Amino acid sequence: MSGFAQNTFNGLVSGAFYALLALGLAVIFGMLRVVNFAHGAFYMLGAFGAYVLLTEAGVPFWAALVIMPVGLGLLGMALERAVIHRLTRLDPLYNFLLTFGLTLILQDLVKLRYGVQSSPYATPSLLSGTVNFGLFDFPTYRVFILGFALLLCVAVWWVLTRTRIGMVVRAATERPDLTRAFGIDVGRWVTPVFGFGIGLAGLAGVLAAPMRAVNPLMGADLIIVVFAVVVIGGLGSIFGSVAAGFGIGLVQAWGEAYLSNFPIVSQTIVFIVMAVVLLWRPAGLFGREEAPA
Amino acid sequence: MTSTVDTPADVPRATPPSGLVAVARAPGWVRYALLAVGLAAAAWLPNGLYPAVAVDILCWALFAVAVDLLLGFTGLMSFGHAAFWGTSAYVTGLVAIHAGLPFPLAVLAGALAAAVLAVPIGYLAVKRTGIYFAMVTLAFAQMVYYVANEWRSVTQGENGLQGVPRELFGWDLTDDYYFYYAILPIVLLGLAAAWRIVHSPFGRVLVGIRDNPARARALGYPVHRYKLTAFVLSGFIAGLGGGLFAVGHRFVSLDVLHWTTSGKAVIVVVLGGIGTLWGGVLGAGIVVRLEDWLSFSGFEAIGLVTGGIFVLVVVLFRRGIWGSAAALARRLVARRR
Repeated sequence: MSGFAQNTFNGLVSGAFYALLALGLAVIFGMLRVVNFAHGAFYMLGAFGAYVLLTEAGVPFWAALVIMPVGLGLLGMALERAVIHRLTRLDPLYNFLLTFGLTLILQDLVKLRYGVQSSPYATPSLLSGTVNFGLFDFPTYRVFILGFALLLCVAVWWVLTRTRIGMVVRAATERPDLTRAFGIDVGRWVTPVFGFGIGLAGLAGVLAAPMRAVNPLMGADLIIVVFAVVVIGGLGSIFGSVAAGFGIGLVQAWGEAYLSNFPIVSQTIVFIVMAVVLLWRPAGLFGREEAPA
Repeated sequence: MTSTVDTPADVPRATPPSGLVAVARAPGWVRYALLAVGLAAAAWLPNGLYPAVAVDILCWALFAVAVDLLLGFTGLMSFGHAAFWGTSAYVTGLVAIHAGLPFPLAVLAGALAAAVLAVPIGYLAVKRTGIYFAMVTLAFAQMVYYVANEWRSVTQGENGLQGVPRELFGWDLTDDYYFYYAILPIVLLGLAAAWRIVHSPFGRVLVGIRDNPARARALGYPVHRYKLTAFVLSGFIAGLGGGLFAVGHRFVSLDVLHWTTSGKAVIVVVLGGIGTLWGGVLGAGIVVRLEDWLSFSGFEAIGLVTGGIFVLVVVLFRRGIWGSAAALARRLVARRR
């Protein structure tokens, strides 16, 4: 039983990373119709940035947790202004290709400077040790990640549903033309929303730094799993993306624990779930039905 | 414009804004002249380049044409074609090592395996269109990658398959120069098959589906089945390329299944020109040659260059080389009239 609780907890923690990345992808996709391949690269930059700040400037984790998302968010906004918005009128595939190219560039820039080996990042002292929940002990840092990610998701949900900005973003996501017709300047929100999504990816990266190996390739494999996650949840649905993120984290953790005799299955369980979802509900669990093609 | 990406009206924009109506064709003598130039270039290639590089170019040319068959002529961007290229590479390697068959038969077995794999992946992937199709194919290709990585007893995992033989009736093909001419007929056959598919009634239906899936469906065409057939054919041609690649390198590593391989295939097509078929061949030549030159001169960050090509082509040069040349030629002809 304690093993089950342990696995469930670990699944929720890795699900938190999927959820944060999927949330950023979904928000960006909703507003810009851009599937950002470089999302994984920005996650990697978040982790690497935290590492570089700590080792080369002595900036602690807590400061990096603010600096990296803001910095990367600004970089994302610049990027949106510089290239991505030129392509948003075209087929979304072009921006997918563009951000794919950016991924290769960002990865190799980091690789050139720091090599491919993984760098350790110490858990901040405040969050080291374990927390006791009745029968089980959980690492404090993981509890923090889970709580923090849940808080963030709730905060984003609150902003989207309860504030004027959120209403504008949701309206612009669903019916851009109609929103414009009401005299709302949709274009003004595109760049900040892109920056926000990138910032979330950077934040997830900083959170990952003490827990996972920091290396230039850490984002690339992850982003492909996150793509499967958003196909499962339905990319048009922000709630669906977050729910699928946590769900896939759980399924993966359980798969690794209880199917360890079948490594091929436990390693590919995300994609198996995706195949089942495509068969059963092609639009994703929470996605709207698409027009037949 | 404003609705979801998956609405049919959005799909045809996968093709370049080059006035590419159905399948544009140049006058007869121009086509024959281009064909002659192309064949002459193919016959000359290993004399002007390192033969090993020339072999790679042939393999990648098949790969690019396979991807363009979907991207340019069916309006589906597969971002997971490494699954077929790589599966065929492994199957070819295994067959060649264990069965000792002549290499063309091993390659055929590999390409068939790729086509068989393309059936379930394609069946699931064609349920989505546009950007989702790209994500789904990418995810399934990653699944194949993980399977190959875990299934070490067969694929040798990170070590790769070593010593894939180049067996052909006891002839000595260890020299890449002769090997190039041994595979050239197979490659030309594959390219001709792709050309034949595009210019067949079946290919016309694919283009119709690309431009307006709703209309194609209304006309009674089973759109999903056409897309799936195109996907499987494309998987087979990509498999031909991958199998030859395995024999060419006498070695198969996990790289053949990696997502960067899928991405490279797409950029080769976009650089050459989406929906031009032969543009992909040109793109393959340029990218393979460039990467060889970079790695030869000791430049480590090849991704910087490939990524840079991606960004530049997508931002400034969406018609690609062949598409731009065709547009230029068309404009010159129009001016003369």
